[in-house]
Amino acid sequence: MNTEIEYTRLSGISGPLIFVEGVRGVGLGEIVEIRDASGAVRMGQTLEVDEQRAVVQVFEGTSGLAMQGLRVAFVGKALEIPVDRDMLGRVFDGLGRPIDGSPQVISDRMMNVNGLPVNPWSREYPRDFIQTGISAIDGMNTLIRGQKLPIFSGSGMPHNLIAAQIARQARILTAEEEFIVIFAAMGVKFDVAQFFIDSLQESGVLTHSALFLSLADAPSIERLVTPRVALTLAEYLAFEEGMHVLVILTDMTNYCEALRELSSSRGEIPSRKGYPGYLYSDLAAIYERAGRLKGHKGSITQMPILTMPSDDISHPVPDLTGYITEGQIVLDRELFNKGIYPPIAGLPSLSRLMKDGIGVGRTRNDHAQVAAQLFASYAKVKRIRALAAIVGEEELSDVDKIYLKFGAAFEEQFLSQDNEENRSIEQTLDIGWRMLSILPRDELYRITKEEIQRYYMPERGVK
Amino acid sequence: MDEMIKGRVIAVNGPIVKAVGLDGIRMYDIAEVGPDRLIGEVIRLLDDATVIQVYEDNTGLRPGDEVVSYCRPLSVLLGPGLIANIYDGIQRPLVGISEACGSYIKKGIKLPPLDEKRLWEFHPLVEAGARVHPGEIIGELQESPLVVHKVLIPPGISGTLTSIIDGAHTIMDEIYTVESDAGIHHGRLAEYWPVRKPRPNRLRKKPHIPLITGQRVIDFFFPIARGGTAAIPGGFGTGKTMTQHALAKWCNADIIVYIGCGERGNEMTDVLTDFPKLIDERNGRPLIERTVMIANTSNMPVPAREVSIYTGVTIAEYYRDMGYSVAVMADSTSRWAEALRELASRLGDMPAEEGFPPYLATRLAEFYERAGFVETLSGQDGDITIIGAVSPPGGDFSEPVTQHTSRFVRCFWALDKGLADARHYPSISWIDSYTEYLPDIENWWKNLDSQWLAVRNEAMSILLEDNRLQQVVKLVGSDALPPVQQFVLFVAEMIKNAFLQQNAFDPIDKFCSPEKQIKLLKVILELHHRGVDLLKAGVTVREIAALDVVSQMVRLKSEVPNQDLDQMGAYSNRLAHGLDSLMSGYPEGHADARCDAGALDPTKLAGGTA
Repeated sequence: MNTEIEYTRLSGISGPLIFVEGVRGVGLGEIVEIRDASGAVRMGQTLEVDEQRAVVQVFEGTSGLAMQGLRVAFVGKALEIPVDRDMLGRVFDGLGRPIDGSPQVISDRMMNVNGLPVNPWSREYPRDFIQTGISAIDGMNTLIRGQKLPIFSGSGMPHNLIAAQIARQARILTAEEEFIVIFAAMGVKFDVAQFFIDSLQESGVLTHSALFLSLADAPSIERLVTPRVALTLAEYLAFEEGMHVLVILTDMTNYCEALRELSSSRGEIPSRKGYPGYLYSDLAAIYERAGRLKGHKGSITQMPILTMPSDDISHPVPDLTGYITEGQIVLDRELFNKGIYPPIAGLPSLSRLMKDGIGVGRTRNDHAQVAAQLFASYAKVKRIRALAAIVGEEELSDVDKIYLKFGAAFEEQFLSQDNEENRSIEQTLDIGWRMLSILPRDELYRITKEEIQRYYMPERGVK
Repeated sequence: MDEMIKGRVIAVNGPIVKAVGLDGIRMYDIAEVGPDRLIGEVIRLLDDATVIQVYEDNTGLRPGDEVVSYCRPLSVLLGPGLIANIYDGIQRPLVGISEACGSYIKKGIKLPPLDEKRLWEFHPLVEAGARVHPGEIIGELQESPLVVHKVLIPPGISGTLTSIIDGAHTIMDEIYTVESDAGIHHGRLAEYWPVRKPRPNRLRKKPHIPLITGQRVIDFFFPIARGGTAAIPGGFGTGKTMTQHALAKWCNADIIVYIGCGERGNEMTDVLTDFPKLIDERNGRPLIERTVMIANTSNMPVPAREVSIYTGVTIAEYYRDMGYSVAVMADSTSRWAEALRELASRLGDMPAEEGFPPYLATRLAEFYERAGFVETLSGQDGDITIIGAVSPPGGDFSEPVTQHTSRFVRCFWALDKGLADARHYPSISWIDSYTEYLPDIENWWKNLDSQWLAVRNEAMSILLEDNRLQQVVKLVGSDALPPVQQFVLFVAEMIKNAFLQQNAFDPIDKFCSPEKQIKLLKVILELHHRGVDLLKAGVTVREIAALDVVSQMVRLKSEVPNQDLDQMGAYSNRLAHGLDSLMSGYPEGHADARCDAGALDPTKLAGGTA
């Protein structure tokens, strides 16, 4: 061990990196303690080592560091945090240190924040329906326990409200098990963090939540560690303590920008929009830490939030995220401008695990058909609206006009609900049927005759 | 045993390690790095150092750590026990790893790829004293209820078979010897083969048999030949993985090698839980009994992802050499290309397009070239079909991986975001997709039905006409079109909903036999031919659409079983009868009683898969 040895010779400082000379026997990914002339300590991690030199990424940033007067010590192991049940109800900084005034967590269980890859053989396929109380999600883009389902948003849209509503309302129908909420904030404003704290507090969920805050004024490089610290606690609580954990990560775009910053200061060859070529693998290392494991009771459900720069879903961050996560909830600027909350886009939103988590014994027999029919009919509404914009509404056929009526009702009554409103899945499906009952019976081609007989009620349809 | 050489680490940059002292080591030899003996491969030799890419997480590795090598290339162990097994990218058994170290993959773990204790009942097919040649089949054993495993003389070995022992053996037992001038070869049931070196064959043949996938849009419109190559490009959410799963489940290859390369963990879990339960209709056995799986999910080490497709295709070649038809599904080759890019960037290679190294195209070509229809060394036919998913960033097909892939594959199944959004699966676009195998497999289909190509081309021309008309409809609505064109829209919609769209979860629709495919499409075209005549006689599109027998058409795919195609004949008669009834109603005037409001609208027939 070389914790005793301190190095003082630097050959450079660049962005979040310092280059330490003359080091011996230092490993890749080791934690580094950097003490500046005033005695203040920062933490870092080695990114590259050779026989003379170590490249160190400083989590707190290099602002104020000088080439002279630094003392650098290598700890000899990767970043570890103590994990314990007692961390619930607490607030930590982005590196996992308490900032709520209460003492440091004491635990003899230390875990490496980088985690280990889960053996695909050891995974349990997620199938348990989570009722979020939000119709657009429960009815059409069902969240499943152990799923990673991101919210793709844009600046100004109410992704935080939605995430907080989900955190408050999420329930498993089959068992009386509460969710533990772990909240990781990367580069978000103080008021956003405060909003979550207040929201969790009001609903009494705060006592079984843990918050990791790396706010906008914290060094950007710290954000690279924050989700890992949060997920490490989540893994401990889920797979060693048997809890069901909901992890909210916001905002992943800020995380990716920090990664881009680091990559560019290392002089790496960029791929799209300056993001490093390994952005996909790096995001996967975070997102794949969700799921269920065979022989373990707990689960990790992930809900990353990201803002799409200029609402562009093909931007590398949402694009690569969509390739890794099991679907996406997309917020729609047009719905938002219409004043609809939650403005969850009908068509581009998707839950890949939905098909195995709904139906008889999980939600209701007609669920899959209602969802498919709503998707198809709403897709048609979009086409008819495009046509109406050109030929005028008057010129539309009678059926098309009924579709427009359906479209409006669907947005105002099915999608739209109050921020405090917690709908059961039965309520959601019933509203769905009320919407479908606006349409002529023959238009419901994705629903079997039996289900139509049972639920189709044109007299109840809003005319 | 090869000689062991030792060196030491001088620099570590992510998974790329530089070492010195490894004199005599060759390119692509295996090196074991550090105290955990992490597996790595030599990827570059410099005058002052050896560059090694490490296949495992190498956090904590430090300069000065030891590196050892036996100067052997990275190889897979080929033998009985591969079937139904699941491996990581460097052929470590994932089941064994979970038994040894729990839910997570701990680094440095080493386990034999094949069960070394399991006994296999070996039946020799050749007697001692015979002259044997490379690739010759000298015996067989039952590997799974579906697969008879042929034991081959390894490539490069020939001479006189001096002994061969039947009975129960493990892969460790010596079961035969071959003597030649070069010395004595002691043969076992399993042998190593370097992953980056294609296994030899006697000659390449022209592919001429279609790989029947049971997916109508593929088999009928964009078929692939056994021994061919195909790419499935599509943005996220377009159903690449679902399409790959459907192909792996229902295509008529003897062996499936499924490579999950840098994709989601839960998707592999889905395959792992599904395949043992799904029953192959052709033989009544679980699909897992013909499947080998390689899973290197997105969070597993990147270099192992790069090598996983070679591991998979080498296993495929081994079964091809036994005379089998093998299908390789690689999901996704983009993740493989990204692994290549990531490693190239760490090596400081000069990038070409979008940061990908200049050798991307060469590597892709080499990989797809390992597909083919061949005569094996033992004189049998064997083939490998490679189907690679491509994940273009932003769904943009002009990016380098899609572009280069399309140069080397002869079948291109483009997935369409619009179709996927409308939940039309498989979302293979009939406008952007193509196949070059039509002339190769035409004879096979013509033996089934001489009109195949004519039927296909006619249906295709209706779809293309529809595509053109849709541009007009977008501007003026369908009501403004003349009846004949409205009817084209109607028939095209019928082709889309009653034929192209297929429900992978419907017990009947999930697999559609070629016989049923052609009958289905013929019925639709019959409607087209007769309908055009009816329109001339004054019947309206609305009236044709309103016939019960016409609206039943969309349900044929999920109601008529493959084994009972007589029902198709009966339906065809009913259709003719129904259309006749319209004709007889003219020109004396016709009560418009059957019409309901939505009948004109062809889209109301969408689906029928509910």
